[in-house]
Amino acid sequence: MIKPETITALGERFPAVRFSEFRDQQRAAVPAAELAEVFGFVKETQGFDLLVDVTCVDYLNYRNAEDRFGLVYLLANTTTNERLTLRVYVNEPNLSVPSATTYWKGANWLEREVYDMFGIEFAGHPDLRRILLPDEFTAHPLRKDYPLQGRGERHNFPVLTREEG
Amino acid sequence: MAIEIPENVVVSRLDSLASWCRKNSLWPMPFATACCGIELMATGASKHDLARFGAEVMRFSPRQCDLMIVAGRVVMKMLPVLQRIWQQMHEPKWCISMGACASTGGVFDTYSVVQGIDRFIPVDMYVPGCPPRPEQLIQAIIDLQDKIQAEGTIGGREFAMRSRQQPKRALVELNVLSLPRGVSNLPQGVRVE
Repeated sequence: MIKPETITALGERFPAVRFSEFRDQQRAAVPAAELAEVFGFVKETQGFDLLVDVTCVDYLNYRNAEDRFGLVYLLANTTTNERLTLRVYVNEPNLSVPSATTYWKGANWLEREVYDMFGIEFAGHPDLRRILLPDEFTAHPLRKDYPLQGRGERHNFPVLTREEG
Repeated sequence: MAIEIPENVVVSRLDSLASWCRKNSLWPMPFATACCGIELMATGASKHDLARFGAEVMRFSPRQCDLMIVAGRVVMKMLPVLQRIWQQMHEPKWCISMGACASTGGVFDTYSVVQGIDRFIPVDMYVPGCPPRPEQLIQAIIDLQDKIQAEGTIGGREFAMRSRQQPKRALVELNVLSLPRGVSNLPQGVRVE
């Protein structure tokens, strides 16, 4: 749950933020240009000191969708038990958003996973490398235009026979 | 001319004797990556007691093992590791592919999961099941022991047989080996260091 005062404060400070509610969970859709300021505001002023998760949704071929990718930031305030979801929508070719590592150190690996799976660039991230897939992998497999069975990467290994040991 | 030998002397062929020693002292290398590994542990534990068949000495260094039991799915990031461990094991060595995932990829027909380890390393015995019961794994080890006794030689000549060098019949019939490789700009055999 989140207090109405927090919503009001966020809405007054950032008029471009759109709010919505789903099953008592408050979501705030933030323009990508204001994301870094919103991070600082909710962390320093509103006390959202825990970044629970960073993830992403690919809306390719999704009905009524206007944007390609939707980033999700799940935040929590461990003092008041408030929870807030931030949504940021990005489109090709500019798949870059400011990194949350400035305010939450825990965003480091979470953003690396989003980069690995979706190819979203996080500007200001200290170590933006792949985290799950091999470094030489060239695709971002959780994108909807990537085939489920891959492009042959899983067949791309030398075959060892008995003679070769 | 009959040669009289004492009662406590047994005469045998050297190949047969070597195979008898090897089959009763298999040292497994547990390459357990998923739920099959739990059944593998149960197989080694007291209830099923793999020691009854001389194969209880699980060693976590491939240099001390001669039986690799691949238990669980192998993803493409793990496959170079698997091949490296297989190459580090000393001859003679055998491989059991335990469970549906190690044998065929199982339900994981996705970009990252290798569709059967026998595409990339030699496999001697397959165990079906998801995961297999410990009795099934024990049966596979017994069958492997029979195989070692039946065709084993002291110099390991059976591994050089033509039938062991050819790709599996299923892979040829399903036309698996001609699937596209390296479409992703990866040069073949790129390893992760």
